[in-house]
Amino acid sequence: MSVESTALGLAAKLGLNVFKEGESFHIRINPGQEGNALLKKVISVCPSALYTINDNGEVNLCEDGCLECGTCRIALGIEVIDWQYPEGGTGVQYRFG
Amino acid sequence: MEESFDAIIVGGGLSGLAAAYTLAAAGKSALVIERGDYCGAKNVTGGRMYLPPIRGLFPEIWDKAPLERAIVHEELCMISATGSMLMRYSNEAVAKEPYESYTVLRANFDRFFAKRAERKGAQIITKAKVENLCFEGDRIKGVVVGGEKLYANVVIICDGALSLIAEKAGLRKPGNKKDFAVGIKELIELDEERVNERFNVVDGQGAARLFMGDITRGKFGGGFIYANKGSVSLGLVLGIADLMDLEPAVAAPDLLDAFKKRSEVASIIKGGQTVEYSAHVIPEGGYKKLSAFSGNGVLVCGDAAGLALNAGITVRGMEYAMASGYYAAQAVIKAAESNFFTAEGLKCYDRMLDESFIIKDHLTYKGTPHALENHRLYTYYPEFVTNLLGNLYSMPEGPKQRAVQSVKKAVTPGVIWNILRKDLGGLSKL
Repeated sequence: MSVESTALGLAAKLGLNVFKEGESFHIRINPGQEGNALLKKVISVCPSALYTINDNGEVNLCEDGCLECGTCRIALGIEVIDWQYPEGGTGVQYRFG
Repeated sequence: MEESFDAIIVGGGLSGLAAAYTLAAAGKSALVIERGDYCGAKNVTGGRMYLPPIRGLFPEIWDKAPLERAIVHEELCMISATGSMLMRYSNEAVAKEPYESYTVLRANFDRFFAKRAERKGAQIITKAKVENLCFEGDRIKGVVVGGEKLYANVVIICDGALSLIAEKAGLRKPGNKKDFAVGIKELIELDEERVNERFNVVDGQGAARLFMGDITRGKFGGGFIYANKGSVSLGLVLGIADLMDLEPAVAAPDLLDAFKKRSEVASIIKGGQTVEYSAHVIPEGGYKKLSAFSGNGVLVCGDAAGLALNAGITVRGMEYAMASGYYAAQAVIKAAESNFFTAEGLKCYDRMLDESFIIKDHLTYKGTPHALENHRLYTYYPEFVTNLLGNLYSMPEGPKQRAVQSVKKAVTPGVIWNILRKDLGGLSKL
């Protein structure tokens, strides 16, 4: 699938990538850190916009479309999130890189 | 007896493959463990590779290597809110074989390099993640993959910029957001003829165009477009700490879209089709943030060791990865002569790096990360330059000033004072 590059939203861009589903989550917000103010700052830095704010003002994380880029681990630090690479042979598989 | 290798290499990117290739060529047993479906599946580059320092380290690979285009135009675009100034450098004297640098796509290049390493005798397991290290006391003796232990004289850690395994080895701490950027990129297919026309090049030759200014909202980072064979790599590099502090907040993907909409960019990618969207963190801390390179039974290479240099108008990483992998292999070979794989026995790796272009370059550009934190580079100077040029080129209804008067008006004592006092010291580090 391909689309004229100038008219492409984020979801469509992520839809171009090859992702292989894994069995377990590889990024978790550590227990007790759900209200950490840093989480709101990570919303804008994730290239896949996987951090979103819900109606209660809490930050949610969805892993679908994760590029394993590591930005949130660097931005938040290991006190706030537990960040592991997904299992071998799963996750994003770049065809060009 | 359990199988043991001369070296187990964590990660089949450029540094890991360089280590495996070099070890196997010397008759050593090398096992690469790669978590992607194939080598290159998890790798992202801007990207461009400089060959002069590494050609001689791997003399047999280049004639068939999947390099995209040889870069013959160096372009820098200073970009303000509405204007821009594009500078292009080219020189026919160097625009010929052997070219200095090429654009590359990692999924192609790494797969090719992996095949060459295998041909030399290296073993590569893909779709497998190293979960942990095996210790015997404080000596690293191997790795854990799928719950199974694999042993080696030396573990070479080449798992990229985050390097979770080097953390487990105690050789580095988790990265700080001030020392990392995130690169986000689209690979946009564009036929070869259009690439040629839009970059004013011929088949096989390409261009690198870097952007600095308003596209990062005045914060640390920049934009890039690299001409590949039948595509362009387009993206932004954004300092993570700066991006988190941006007021009002702008999402990184929106910055990329705004960059693509700039007329300077839209005209290049018009009619192109995006085929992939990628991102990765990039070490930006330079010499001061390098990890330890060696320990007891262990070595670290490439991005995992923080080996990457942003010198403002040039950005490098891949040749440091390949060369450090090469020297790691040489260190294992040397340590094997006396069967001495402790921290002391492997210290020769540090010395090899010190004597090579790798550490010499990092020392030369030691002050650059700090210099690039100067936000005036991304706000004041692009505005200044475009305003000045605007005054020089525009024609008013009334009488036109002489050029020198426009320059005088723009370059006030205040401007000179700012340049001398605030910026010159830092800019000299570039």
